[in-house]
Amino acid sequence: MSVTTPTARYGSAVDIPIRAIPQATKRHRVLQAFIDHTVLIVVAVIFMVPMFFILVTSFMTQEQALTSSLIPRPFNFRNYLDVFSEIPLIRYTWNTTQVAVLTTVGTIVSCVPVAYALARMQWRGRQFAFVAVLATLMLPFQVTIVPLYIIFVRLDWINHLTPLILPSFFGDAFSIFLLRQFFMTIPEELSDAARVDGANEWQIMTRVIVPLAKPAIAAVALFNFLFAWNDFFAPLLFVGNNPKLYTLALGLAEFKQRYQAQWNLTMAASVLMMLPIIILFFLAQKVFVEGVTLTGVKG
Amino acid sequence: MSPWIIGFSVFIVYPMVSSLYFSFTHYDLLGSPQWVGFANYKYMFTEDILFWKAIKNTVWFIVVAVPLQIVFAIATATLLTKPRKGVKVYRTLYFLPAIAPIVAGSLAFLFLFNPAYGPINTFLSGIGIGKPPTWFYSPGSSKWALVILALWGIGEAMIIFLAGLLDVPRHLYEAADIEGGSAWQKFRHVTLPMITPVIFFSLVIGVIQAFQYFTQAYVASTTLGGQRSSLGAPQNSLLFYSIYLFQQGFSYFRMGYASAMAWVLFIITMICTLVLIKTSNRWVHYQGGMFK
Repeated sequence: MSVTTPTARYGSAVDIPIRAIPQATKRHRVLQAFIDHTVLIVVAVIFMVPMFFILVTSFMTQEQALTSSLIPRPFNFRNYLDVFSEIPLIRYTWNTTQVAVLTTVGTIVSCVPVAYALARMQWRGRQFAFVAVLATLMLPFQVTIVPLYIIFVRLDWINHLTPLILPSFFGDAFSIFLLRQFFMTIPEELSDAARVDGANEWQIMTRVIVPLAKPAIAAVALFNFLFAWNDFFAPLLFVGNNPKLYTLALGLAEFKQRYQAQWNLTMAASVLMMLPIIILFFLAQKVFVEGVTLTGVKG
Repeated sequence: MSPWIIGFSVFIVYPMVSSLYFSFTHYDLLGSPQWVGFANYKYMFTEDILFWKAIKNTVWFIVVAVPLQIVFAIATATLLTKPRKGVKVYRTLYFLPAIAPIVAGSLAFLFLFNPAYGPINTFLSGIGIGKPPTWFYSPGSSKWALVILALWGIGEAMIIFLAGLLDVPRHLYEAADIEGGSAWQKFRHVTLPMITPVIFFSLVIGVIQAFQYFTQAYVASTTLGGQRSSLGAPQNSLLFYSIYLFQQGFSYFRMGYASAMAWVLFIITMICTLVLIKTSNRWVHYQGGMFK
């Protein structure tokens, strides 16, 4: 698709000195950029206030963390070293990484085909299947966790990482629904064109739909990774008795429970726990931006 | 296909069906469940005052928080759509709260909203508000503090809307430019219709999740009161449906009653979802366009 620049568009149709317009637009643009950045910064600062609190508390002594002060005195960098000596942080990180990576892979592999069938294939009972998928989200986990726990006891999987990973390979309704929504926005002509070329449904899914829905798939991957990274209740139930398999979220809770609420270390550990995700998100953004270039193809 | 069916039945269907069975029993998690017919359901609807309180709190939260979250997520995502200098940093900063462990985030809010020394009330008094709310310490404002916490953690919805906004075909905006549409008109007539599939998703998921709103309220209540008996504090204003259900199941060991509550919740959620799906035909626009 061709991008029409303002100069080309007006320059040919209206007889105005061509230079005048870019200058006016330029001044307008600078002003607009100034306003935009001001709004963006103000909102960012509001978002950051609680994060700032987490950060400053992570540098306080245990006593000071219980007071109302906001400036760490003394500035206790040691907290970050203490986190490593008080809990086996590397081991917990390794456990958490395994769970997060494998559940993310499992969710994508199992959800993309289901979402494709719900969004882009015509079959009897499709609407009912969609509602049935949503229905799996409607019972609170506090209730379904009891029978699930009993199953894992019978399978002798308690105190293994398996119960945290394996269920993701059987689909997750949130991810299926999200992917379905994005798959449905892709114009049908693209599938038709592939069909004319003799592609079957599987090929259409992997070669047409998946590349176009990359931003949505990236979002689903990110959310599942993040959920597994921070999840507390499932690890507590399934590996809670085996400290060797603790995840970071369980390690974080130790500062609250075992050592009389060490908020300073809780916050330092929280910051450390967030760092890999922040880096991952910062780098993975390329995928979201790719969405823009692909839209040209889609229209 | 068949291993998938087995896994799906074992991990998803079986727990659901079991909980339905438990809902007709007395089950203390230690002994075996004792069949009692509809006794749990009857008690819930005729005698349990806290059940109705929990429903009221939860519906309030859904009606207030879910629409606000969607509007707020669209607004922040719109700010972050344009490719501009520093956009990667902005996106990361706006997403940060969604990364924060829930315990850390909730603790930060308890501190910020502390009526005596918290920065928020210091600020409110500073700008001349004589009697700022006491937030987590009074039943009138405790839920509002949680709404603000929910808006703070908007990151995921924001990312979904960002993906949706970046998906809107460019040529539609160019067409609007040629016709001289204002920024608002472009948003109203191009952007909004194109992101209705995402709005629909956020609405359905938002309602389903808000009916089960749990962790933040749990952390807030227990940190304030120090123990499980304070669940729902202050004055049951934070007694949300899942909190009460958790209390019944795991503090009082009435898993039969908790399961019955879960199935009542299931039916309410299902009705709301079906209503949303039915009305969606009228306002959700899919570019795929094969199903009307």
